[in-house]
Amino acid sequence: MNTLVPLPVVLPLLGAALTLLLAGRPWTQRTVSVGCLSTSLVVAVVLLVQAYRQGPLVVQIGGWPAPVGIVLVADQLAALMLVVSSAVTLCVLLYSIGQGQAEVGERSPVAIFHPTYLVLTAGVCNAFLAGDLFNLFVGFEMLLAASFVLITLNGTGPRIRTGSTYVVVNVLASMIFLISVGLVYAATGTLNLAQLTARLDALPGGVRLSLQLMLLVAFGIKAAVFPLSAWLPDSYPTAPAPVTAVFAGLLTKVGVYAIIRTQTLLFPGQQAGELLMVAAGLTMLVGILGAVAQSDIKRLLSFTLVSHIGYMIFGVGLSTVAGLVGAIFYVVHHITIQTTLFLISGLVEQRAGSTDLRRLGGLARLAPLVGVLFFVSAMNLAGIPPFSGFLGKLGLLQAGVAVGGPLPWTLVAVGAVTSLLTLYVASRVWNIAFWRSPCQTVAPTAPLPALMVGATVALVVLGVSLTFVAGPLFDVTGRAAADLIERTPYVRAVLPGGAS
Amino acid sequence: MRAAGANLVSFITIGVLVGCGVTLLLERSLSRILLGVILIGNGVNLLIVFGGRSGEAPVVGVSDEAAMSDALPQAMVLTAIVITFGFTAFLLAISYRSWYLSGDDEVPDDIEDREIVRRTAQHEVSAADLTGEPPTADPQQVDAPAPPREEGPG
Repeated sequence: MNTLVPLPVVLPLLGAALTLLLAGRPWTQRTVSVGCLSTSLVVAVVLLVQAYRQGPLVVQIGGWPAPVGIVLVADQLAALMLVVSSAVTLCVLLYSIGQGQAEVGERSPVAIFHPTYLVLTAGVCNAFLAGDLFNLFVGFEMLLAASFVLITLNGTGPRIRTGSTYVVVNVLASMIFLISVGLVYAATGTLNLAQLTARLDALPGGVRLSLQLMLLVAFGIKAAVFPLSAWLPDSYPTAPAPVTAVFAGLLTKVGVYAIIRTQTLLFPGQQAGELLMVAAGLTMLVGILGAVAQSDIKRLLSFTLVSHIGYMIFGVGLSTVAGLVGAIFYVVHHITIQTTLFLISGLVEQRAGSTDLRRLGGLARLAPLVGVLFFVSAMNLAGIPPFSGFLGKLGLLQAGVAVGGPLPWTLVAVGAVTSLLTLYVASRVWNIAFWRSPCQTVAPTAPLPALMVGATVALVVLGVSLTFVAGPLFDVTGRAAADLIERTPYVRAVLPGGAS
Repeated sequence: MRAAGANLVSFITIGVLVGCGVTLLLERSLSRILLGVILIGNGVNLLIVFGGRSGEAPVVGVSDEAAMSDALPQAMVLTAIVITFGFTAFLLAISYRSWYLSGDDEVPDDIEDREIVRRTAQHEVSAADLTGEPPTADPQQVDAPAPPREEGPG
């Protein structure tokens, strides 16, 4: 069963090579991509079931034993992330195939899209499965290199302009990450996460804290936590809709995942908890206030994305089991919902030719199905009771109340305010774009491609069904969080002889 | 031959490389940023190499095991060099494309932010937001008839 663990990384990479060779045959290329991602979804589900039943699955690549060789670890947290990310990437791939069919006349370079997209998926999966810091770095670089190509797709003026900001900021973050990797190795002589748990504990407090903060800055840039978040709303919106959707859903969450993993496994305790909570509060407020001012749906959604990263960081900052449970549940919810909303904005763009609120109107009558999809997803994001957004926020706020004290209480208040402001932003988009009378005669366009609508509907259904599986899901996240806090299941699985 | 281990000179070298790199990174022109990235990348690679034990070539049979240098940072640096190389190539491509499209390779401001500041200054916040009126019926949106769409499908 352990042999399945590398598949989510290996399959998309093989698929990328194949699709590059098949560049001249669009249909074979599409079949290969969809086949690869569907298989990795199945593999991810099997891994989650196995990790739930018998604890973390470990594979030592090339047969080298753990502290020296590369290990891939699929514990419950990693497997859960794999399942969600595979499902989301598959839906977005189908959506982009649907959109590609619609844009046949525009010579969009579909040939490069599929290989790059598969490399991106492999990088995301590698980051989730990495059992040592350097492999985590490699995973980040894989997904970054692919994302550079995707964000500047076609090389048009606006995409180059925003792409250059994105590239420079992320290269800088990678350098900071690499410096921290070098320092961690110099200080401890290992990069294996399981072995680091013991060796970092033996370091002097100051060295340990500075390593922790270096890693936090690197991951904070990638996750777009407030003082380090300004690059995101500037660079995401100009990319094609499916690209923005998958970036918004996954890339920032890989950063959040890395923060969760390193903070719990390497640096347990409250040392950076207060710092994280302050950053989380500011992220929520600044992000959502930015969203209120925007007049373009995609930019507005980018700001809500930044804002809601704050909820997850809040859960991590609490460093209790309940806080982590909330944070992990929120990551799952937010990957789904943020991707869905960006896909819907793509549908709006396809239907009305723009996502600028000043030009939109009357979409509820023009495209009723898009209206329904947007309404359900926006209410889900804002956290209206039956939806998973409500459950995630409730879990986090309860965890904050349980800890008590001035800072957690402030964060609970900020979280509630942010939720209300998200509702305001969502209803503003609804009122302007969907509800008011049409502002101009929209030329009758061809009906939306069925595959685009189908993929979006599938994601909306996935988002809504999170409510129905919330019980089992909270069970999984609860056990994942307990394992994270306890640390020993992970360490024992990687190093059966114990860490030293 | 036994290499010198981590010493003051090596750390000064790393510091100078990274420092110069950061200075260049703060420039607006992409080609200078590119040079900055290269310098920082080299500085970081040196840092990783010096993080391991120094000694003889880590090849079994060639040198004594106790005197061997640490092979792991060297392996990591190889990977890091390849990655930095790839990023450098991509940055070069972007700066060329930017120069090709606009005549220079400066990283410009966020246009949308300026736009929002401008509209805020002109109190162009739409009162039609929460009513059902089309924007043309909104007296406050005097200059708001949006520019014509660049292109419409079909």
